[in-house]
Amino acid sequence: MEEIKTGVYICHCGLNIAGTVNVEEVARYAGTLPNVVVARDYRYMCSDPGQALIKDDIKNLGLNRVVVASCSPRMHEPTFRRACQDAGLNPYLFEHANIREHCSWVHDDRQIATEKAKDLVRAAVRRVFYNEPLEIKERPLNPNVLVVGGGIAGIQAALDIANGEHRVYLVEKEPAIGGHMAQLDRTFPTLDCSECILTPKMTEVGQHPFITLLAYSEVEEVAGSVGNFKVRVKKKARYVDEEKCTGCGVCEEKCPWKVDSEYEVGMGKRGVVYVPFAQAIPHVATIDKERCVYFLKGKCRACEKFCDAKAIDFEQKDEIVELEVGSIILTTGYDVFDSRRIPQYGYGRYDNVLTGLEFERMTCAAGPTGGKVLLKDGRQPESVAIIHCVGSRDENYHEYCSRVCCMYALKYAHLIKENTQAEVYQMYIDMRCFGEGFEEFYRRVCDEGVNFIRGKVAKVTDVALTEGEQGKLAVIAEDTLLGGIIRVPVDMVILCPALEARFGAEDVAKLFTINRRADGFFMERHVKLDPVATATEGVYIAGCCEGPKDIPDTVAQASAAAAKALSVISRGRVVIEPTTAQVNEVLCQACGRCEEICDFHAPKVISKDGLRVSSVDAALCKGCGACAVVCPTGAMSVRHSTREQINGMVEALLEV
Amino acid sequence: MSFEPKIVGFLCNWCSYAGADLAGISRLKCAPNVHIIRMMCSGGISPLFILKALEAGADGVLICGCSPGDCHYKEGNYKTLRRITLLKKMLEQLGIEQERVQLHWVCASCGDEFVDVVNKITAEVKELGPLQAGVKSRV
Repeated sequence: MEEIKTGVYICHCGLNIAGTVNVEEVARYAGTLPNVVVARDYRYMCSDPGQALIKDDIKNLGLNRVVVASCSPRMHEPTFRRACQDAGLNPYLFEHANIREHCSWVHDDRQIATEKAKDLVRAAVRRVFYNEPLEIKERPLNPNVLVVGGGIAGIQAALDIANGEHRVYLVEKEPAIGGHMAQLDRTFPTLDCSECILTPKMTEVGQHPFITLLAYSEVEEVAGSVGNFKVRVKKKARYVDEEKCTGCGVCEEKCPWKVDSEYEVGMGKRGVVYVPFAQAIPHVATIDKERCVYFLKGKCRACEKFCDAKAIDFEQKDEIVELEVGSIILTTGYDVFDSRRIPQYGYGRYDNVLTGLEFERMTCAAGPTGGKVLLKDGRQPESVAIIHCVGSRDENYHEYCSRVCCMYALKYAHLIKENTQAEVYQMYIDMRCFGEGFEEFYRRVCDEGVNFIRGKVAKVTDVALTEGEQGKLAVIAEDTLLGGIIRVPVDMVILCPALEARFGAEDVAKLFTINRRADGFFMERHVKLDPVATATEGVYIAGCCEGPKDIPDTVAQASAAAAKALSVISRGRVVIEPTTAQVNEVLCQACGRCEEICDFHAPKVISKDGLRVSSVDAALCKGCGACAVVCPTGAMSVRHSTREQINGMVEALLEV
Repeated sequence: MSFEPKIVGFLCNWCSYAGADLAGISRLKCAPNVHIIRMMCSGGISPLFILKALEAGADGVLICGCSPGDCHYKEGNYKTLRRITLLKKMLEQLGIEQERVQLHWVCASCGDEFVDVVNKITAEVKELGPLQAGVKSRV
């Protein structure tokens, strides 16, 4: 066996490590450990000169093992593996000791931290002794991309990829794409009409030769890994033949049953068979099976009688579509906080307490009031209060800021001023106007004579205390600038509810094996430096499923996610992680326990030269190690997490 | 000098190790007694590793995995839950207190929780005293 020559490098990380850990002492100590031929400390190991130290030592001293003690391997393990590889050393002969996140940053006492750093270095030196060179293989990848969620984020990501002439499957669970943006009236701060800027993109998606749109569909199962995912999608029955339907709308007109329209957030009606909105893509009708009288009682079929295209098909069944894709982009969006959860604001009890989305529909020219700002009784309001932070920045609901409400609240104020003579009150905690053109818009709205009251609203009530409050709603708030409680009588109250993680985000996270933050939104791989990647290679996130954000940020993030997917496609191959399970066929008794425990069907007991042994399919194996744990003979092990490596670390840690 | 227990921590790479990193990134402070070994999945932590640690002189062993339902490998953490439960029953018969081996779920955004877990096991094992002395006298 060749002599093991280990080089150990202790990083100062400026003062991040050296401020708490005596790095010189740790390096001196490392030099005394078995098989260590060189131990150095350096200011920044990740810098070019730092990496050059490693490369030079590999060449000059013939190192065949390398240990760097610095930050988390989640940060720089790839850096140092690459440095080793550049110098001709197999990257798996490198080991990383985390003496920053797990030592210098969590401890104050210099002596204790130094001793702990020594322990961690000793364990890494022992482990690397047992490391083995592993062969990195590559395999071709499938260039198709799955985009889940057809809001503006999904639309943008799908178009960016499809314009590069790669196949995109866009899955949307609703009957039409467009998401929340299709419901908005105008967009701050430029006041572009939301639909005018969105619908060209929707149409492009509908007609794009490289986009396969699967609307009214949901992902049911995901298997495989980056480059080679297998996805099962359920295409729900619309009971309308998409090929035949012309979207003429006669069925909806003739449908005798009307229900609240989701698109109009309950402020308008739709038929039970319906096209969700005028510009819907795909522009076809859908029968709402849950509420269709034919499905409930077996009689009606009015739509079928009047459909010239003969598109109605009550016999239609859900269809399973199997897709093969190389990467996945999740753009599943957000839910609006239910304002009924704060009963003191009176939403659902008082007619003229609206949510932001309801007001959007009201000001929309095609909306239920034809664009007029009206009270329930048809009058124009003389005064309107806009309440910020409903469910946001509130420790009882969501602690985070929803990031869009200040700006759309200003937009509402502007639109009210444009359409009515009403007095407008903004009840805010802080005005957060941080984006391009935001501050200028804030100034503009201030100049339009809008009243700003700094304070959180305690209550909205219809109990009048004065004559001026008769027939109005009194908004009770603490004005923190005046330092007193105020009551503002108004005709209309608009709530700005929080954006929150979608109902079902937990299931989506499980389906695609990604993590969520404590607030429920999907978690990025690195909050600052890897904002669209996730814990699962090849799965990217964009838009409000990652956290509340406005349209420009959503579009930017969607393009970023598309760029990530395109970069994988353009490389054309994916690395097969060599850290998979392996079988020692001499020890294997073919008991099949590995096969039983594996959730990915990687090990299988097979006949080989007349002997029954377990065999691992490396393409399916994820390297979790469950099989190695249950193997009664020790035949099964996971490369780079072997018993020798782990036990070696344990022994080394406890030696002193 | 007061007794400072030695505790080995086996943390899964995806949630718990990231949670421990977050504790550091947020500059939270915790007891220095837990020495972390990174595993790919809590489901790959063999009870033999835990026994090895106890045999080699650890006073306690901390095992952390993703919260139920969040496992990167689908159900590795459920496998761990079953194994650790059984292992603890066995350890009890050997006279090793249950508190010395603890399984906790620590998610990737759970820096605070990780610090709590480290301080908890450290305090509890400190209270129990060194393991080795007791085990040796029994053997």
